[in-house]
Amino acid sequence: MKIEDFDLGTQARWCPGCADFNIWVTVRQALIELNIQPHELLAVYGIGCHGHMANMLKCYGFESLHGRSLPVAFGAKLANRNLNVIAVAGDGDCYGEGMSHFINTARTNADIALIVHNNMVYGLTTGQASPTSAKGYKSKVTPDGVFDVPVNPIALAISAGATFVSRAFAGNIPHLKQMIAEAIKHRGFALVDVLQPCITYNKINTYEFYYKRVYRLQDENFDTGDKMKAMEKAFEWGDRIPIGIFYREERETYEESFPQLKEKSLFEQGISNVNVDRLMEEFV
Amino acid sequence: MPKLVWLIGGEAGFGIREAGVIFAKACSRAGYNVFGHVEYPSLIRGGHNIYQVSVDDEVFCQSRQINLLVALNAETIERHAKELTENGAIIYDSDAVSGASHENNIRSYPIPLSALAKESGGKDIVRNMVAIGASLSYAGLDFSFLEAVLKDEFRGKGQEIVSINLIAARKGYEHASDNFRDDFKFQIKARKMSSNRLVLTGNDAIGIGAIKAGCKFFAGYPMTPISALIHFMSAHAKEFGIVFRNASDEIEAINMAIGASYAGARSMTATSGGGFSLMVEAYGMAGMTETPVVIVEGTRTGPSTGLPTWTEQGDLRFVLHASQGEFPRIVAAPGDASECYYNTVEVFNLSEKYQVPAIILVDRHLAESHMSAEKFKTGERIPGHILKQEQLKRMENYRRFSFSETGISPRSVPGMQGGLFIANSYEHDEYGFYSEDPETVRKMKEKRMRKMESLIDEIPEPVLHGSEDADITLVAWGSTKLPALQAIRMLAKEGIKANLLQIIYMWPFKAERIEKILRNARQTLIAENNQTGQLAGLIREKTGIDIPNKLLKYDGRQFYAEEIADKVKQVLGER
Repeated sequence: MKIEDFDLGTQARWCPGCADFNIWVTVRQALIELNIQPHELLAVYGIGCHGHMANMLKCYGFESLHGRSLPVAFGAKLANRNLNVIAVAGDGDCYGEGMSHFINTARTNADIALIVHNNMVYGLTTGQASPTSAKGYKSKVTPDGVFDVPVNPIALAISAGATFVSRAFAGNIPHLKQMIAEAIKHRGFALVDVLQPCITYNKINTYEFYYKRVYRLQDENFDTGDKMKAMEKAFEWGDRIPIGIFYREERETYEESFPQLKEKSLFEQGISNVNVDRLMEEFV
Repeated sequence: MPKLVWLIGGEAGFGIREAGVIFAKACSRAGYNVFGHVEYPSLIRGGHNIYQVSVDDEVFCQSRQINLLVALNAETIERHAKELTENGAIIYDSDAVSGASHENNIRSYPIPLSALAKESGGKDIVRNMVAIGASLSYAGLDFSFLEAVLKDEFRGKGQEIVSINLIAARKGYEHASDNFRDDFKFQIKARKMSSNRLVLTGNDAIGIGAIKAGCKFFAGYPMTPISALIHFMSAHAKEFGIVFRNASDEIEAINMAIGASYAGARSMTATSGGGFSLMVEAYGMAGMTETPVVIVEGTRTGPSTGLPTWTEQGDLRFVLHASQGEFPRIVAAPGDASECYYNTVEVFNLSEKYQVPAIILVDRHLAESHMSAEKFKTGERIPGHILKQEQLKRMENYRRFSFSETGISPRSVPGMQGGLFIANSYEHDEYGFYSEDPETVRKMKEKRMRKMESLIDEIPEPVLHGSEDADITLVAWGSTKLPALQAIRMLAKEGIKANLLQIIYMWPFKAERIEKILRNARQTLIAENNQTGQLAGLIREKTGIDIPNKLLKYDGRQFYAEEIADKVKQVLGER
């Protein structure tokens, strides 16, 4: 397989130079590495700049509502556990509007890979502060700077029970591809929080900002099996910003807990002749 | 008034509802039709709870008067003794209540319920079983009817529980037989048993219908009055290969149901008006992406939190118009337990065939009242409407949202080869790609809406209950059908001929047939359990007919048949 097999040949809708292109490239590279066919993949998107990938990535797609990619992906995974399911989301989308889905789906450990385009700004609505914007960040809706502290997706995911928690930087393509491939391969709920510079609106969290600060956890032989250490690392944000896998564990997935899914997926079960006569006996 | 109307009252936690259902089933097994009506506040312990069972050859709704009152506490007597007819009787716990009034020839039957419960080896709660045993004796029915029900009801809880409840019920039965035999004036005699009769709620019937229709995924967040449906689906999920998700909130529930349906599993969610408010954006997404999904909306007294455990029909306009933009949808409002079953099966099939979201609209009164129903005919084969892999392989240039003549475009699901598409909440072209092209936008909107043209031909015609020749035609929907049918029978005894136009499908709306019936009617009266006459408004919008006589009730209570009958007499008197 080659990268074009996942290419719909449509016109990209991102600003020239947007880091979303890097994510689009690496998602396709990862899929080829994992030998997944387009029809075996379901990608569910929220609404935001990230969602334009729906019109470019060749596979089964569902461009859902702002914040709702996870429950749609989760329902689809339960209906057909044989599908490879990824959810693609943005920071406003997943950490704001859809925050409860982020936490609650992480708890389930459903086998879904979540890739968040985290540019720390609302791009599609022209640059307002987002839930991950730094304290003090000035925008049209925060003329005196953001008053509240940003959400910490890594710490939230770990505490919510996600079994694969990682961060990548869109400026480091080989590492980004590796994280996305690992997340898809992981059996359970996997987060890749992608630091994605918005070249149009975010003048703070730029490529240069990250190039100066980002380092790879794997270069420091970080132990990915220690939840408390992972939590500590999740709060490192300053002169040094860690990328890589913070935490990984093996745990039964949500869909594996249903005996009724052992033999057949829901989609494969027959519906033409369900016998409900014994149900009526309860009501005599 | 029905032959026997029995009412049990006490605090929440006394097992009032359980007792009521068991008494209703015993009477049903003795060959009668029953209607079981529950009233309870939004509390887990304390507060006043009642369960009323009306028993007759034919009975459709709750009764205004009673003739056998079971008081597990003094408050029940204070509140309900005045509902007793002449020669009615009060069974009360002589261990807990000091005495009962004797006006109007009311008989009182003190029974040491607590002591007998204790003698049975059970906890104090089995007082309710002692009381049912006594009730059955006064009603003149053989203990065997109750024994059979108790064995079935408690079988799952083990032999010891079965035995305690049986002993308690028998003690009550014997105490009553020994002390006040044949004193009670409203005895009924067992009739030839029919094994074809069920006693169940709207919730129960919807659950059975959903499972029959091949519902494979159910996600819900508990909310009165549909929590019992959620429990039913959860309890039977494993057995029927269904995945049940106890969702984090209603938004998750409906989005999961849509995701599961998109991936090929027939899916359902259930909620009340408050939860449906949260689901509205996803309801529109199902319309836009042409993803089938069935939503049960059980209404209670609104607006806002309103009266959580009381009834209303105030959400009709809400479900008809919910969500931004315009898209095809199905709204069906069954009126009794049988219709809950058959409409649920039908709505699942229509939702999948036409790829539209569908709503089953029930009110609290229908969702939670127990009523008699003939056993459902369950042999129907359920058709599937998803493309098979072989069909898809033969199709060239597959377009999921093709501009087909009927508006229904062949549907693939993820995992199939050759069927790739995007389900897009943005406006899109035939493949699902985002499109702003005005021609495409117009054609896609028309394609979606075109589905309504064949859908309206496929849904059943509205029903006219009773003779075509009537002095007055009543119009009702949902559970208001029940007191309306009872009222028609009451009026017939007084020589007044009334019939009932019942509207089940609210959308699409069968305007032609409805208009014809109403234009031919000598007089019309609409009864609705809401403040503004929502169906009356819809009828006027669709047919131009303004029904002049409106009987509207919005105090949280469903109509009594007498209220409708009285209004009919008033309307006819004014003629």
